[in-house]
Amino acid sequence: MRSFSILNFKVRRTLRENLSAFWMKCCYLLILAMPFILLIGLLLKSSLLFGEHSLMELIFSSEWKPLSGKFGFFPFIISSLWVTFISIAIAAPVCLLTAIYLTQYAKRFVLKIMQPVIDILAGIPSVIYGVWGIIIIVPFVSKVAGWFNVSSSGYSILTGAIVLAVMIIPFVLNILIEVYKTIPIELSEASLSLGATKWETIKKVLTRKAYPGIISSFGLGVSRAFGETIAVLMVVGNVVQIPSGIFQAGYPLPALIANNYGEMLSIPLYDSALMFAALILFVVVTFFNMGSRYIIMHYEKKI
Amino acid sequence: MINGSIINIEGLNLHIGNKHILKDINVKIPEKKLTVILGPSGCGKTTLLKSLNRLTDLYPEVKTQGKIFNGGIDILNPKIEITELRKKMGLLAQSPYPLPMSIYDNITYGLRISGRRKKRYLSKRVEYYLRQVSLWEEVKDRLKDPASALSIGQQQRLCLARGLSVDPDIILADEPTSALDPVSSREIEELFLKLKQRYTIVMVTHILRQARRVADYVIFMYLGEIVEHGTAEQIFENPQNQITKAYIKGTYS
Repeated sequence: MRSFSILNFKVRRTLRENLSAFWMKCCYLLILAMPFILLIGLLLKSSLLFGEHSLMELIFSSEWKPLSGKFGFFPFIISSLWVTFISIAIAAPVCLLTAIYLTQYAKRFVLKIMQPVIDILAGIPSVIYGVWGIIIIVPFVSKVAGWFNVSSSGYSILTGAIVLAVMIIPFVLNILIEVYKTIPIELSEASLSLGATKWETIKKVLTRKAYPGIISSFGLGVSRAFGETIAVLMVVGNVVQIPSGIFQAGYPLPALIANNYGEMLSIPLYDSALMFAALILFVVVTFFNMGSRYIIMHYEKKI
Repeated sequence: MINGSIINIEGLNLHIGNKHILKDINVKIPEKKLTVILGPSGCGKTTLLKSLNRLTDLYPEVKTQGKIFNGGIDILNPKIEITELRKKMGLLAQSPYPLPMSIYDNITYGLRISGRRKKRYLSKRVEYYLRQVSLWEEVKDRLKDPASALSIGQQQRLCLARGLSVDPDIILADEPTSALDPVSSREIEELFLKLKQRYTIVMVTHILRQARRVADYVIFMYLGEIVEHGTAEQIFENPQNQITKAYIKGTYS
């Protein structure tokens, strides 16, 4: 009787052990499958469009006339790229210099004060950034355009990029602070004891060491900026055209999807076209992620 | 026995926040000798070493009072140009921290920031200093490899060569063998015995046997104070203070 209960106990234990491992495996497989499920869904939904148009035509044509069945995504792709790269060009140096200042120059309590400020910035809903953009940045950009003798409503690529830059700064900055904080202080000591100044140490040693982290933070910034929808949509103008300057209105891909999905789906192929826009977004963001990962791996072998 | 001194520490007090780490340190470090700062862990040895080239600047919560003279200049005077003074003291840390660059660039880094650019000169210096630490034969075919690819023992010797590259008078070593295996440790010790002909070496250690093997002069510290200092002979053969005696005998707990 007694030996039986011990056996029973053992069996139950093993069973529980195996079961818990099984659930963990299920969860991780679910997450692993997620991007593939998304990709397949998008491919299936947009496949109708491929039947009628070639990929080249879809990407490089700038004729967007859904009513006559013409879907050229070039203006949207260009708008997205413009907005993304201007925003990262604004955010990157600001974040890098701030992170260096906070970790290398500032007293410790300054960093302690900054941390919650950064978290607050990161937590603000994007629609608030959009409203702020309309109230402050739109008139500002319109005025700045005036200085360059360009007439602009203020709803433009540059406005979108500025709002985006402010939105991605907390994310990029958080990573950069972490990156610089984890560099061992002994590395600074070694460089200083060789007669380097503080700035030389930061430029030639610390930033070199931080390089993979810097690339990955910028990669994250680009991915976020490329996909950000609401705030950009509110300030970028949403005109289908290839913008010829930063004061012109643009129409990025996420705005296209958000503005039109569920609206004019009676037009043939229209929902398929919007799915294709989503597919482009997906592929480009994945490409940026993989690219920055590749740079990081390649570089880490070298140092 | 001990002739001139190269560093004079006068009335050095150091606080971190409101903790009193170094208490009224007064000592002279003899020139071209190997001075060992000995004592149990956490007694302020490393802090004292880092005060010598004012690396304490890196820690904003550190406050120092007192004077440290090197060649008539007070290192702790905030108005002096510390960058040039630091170059006179090579630093070797507890575990090796090679700069994130190639073996070659690790040695030339100090030279390049002080304005040396000629390739032939730099190459010659690299070979010279790598030979000084007997690393040349091991790495001469892969100077362009990242320094992090070397073994820990090799990295530590590289760091020593890097420290020598700016032609210092003094080598500051903070438990330089604590991360190394016995063979690599012995190599570093032997290098030190060779180098002390030409350099003043200040080495922090808590390993008594190591101190016995290499020291000319010993500073024994306990709880932030210098308990006793003198020639190795005096300290090891005839210590005066009870704490020193206990530590030397190994009965210290």
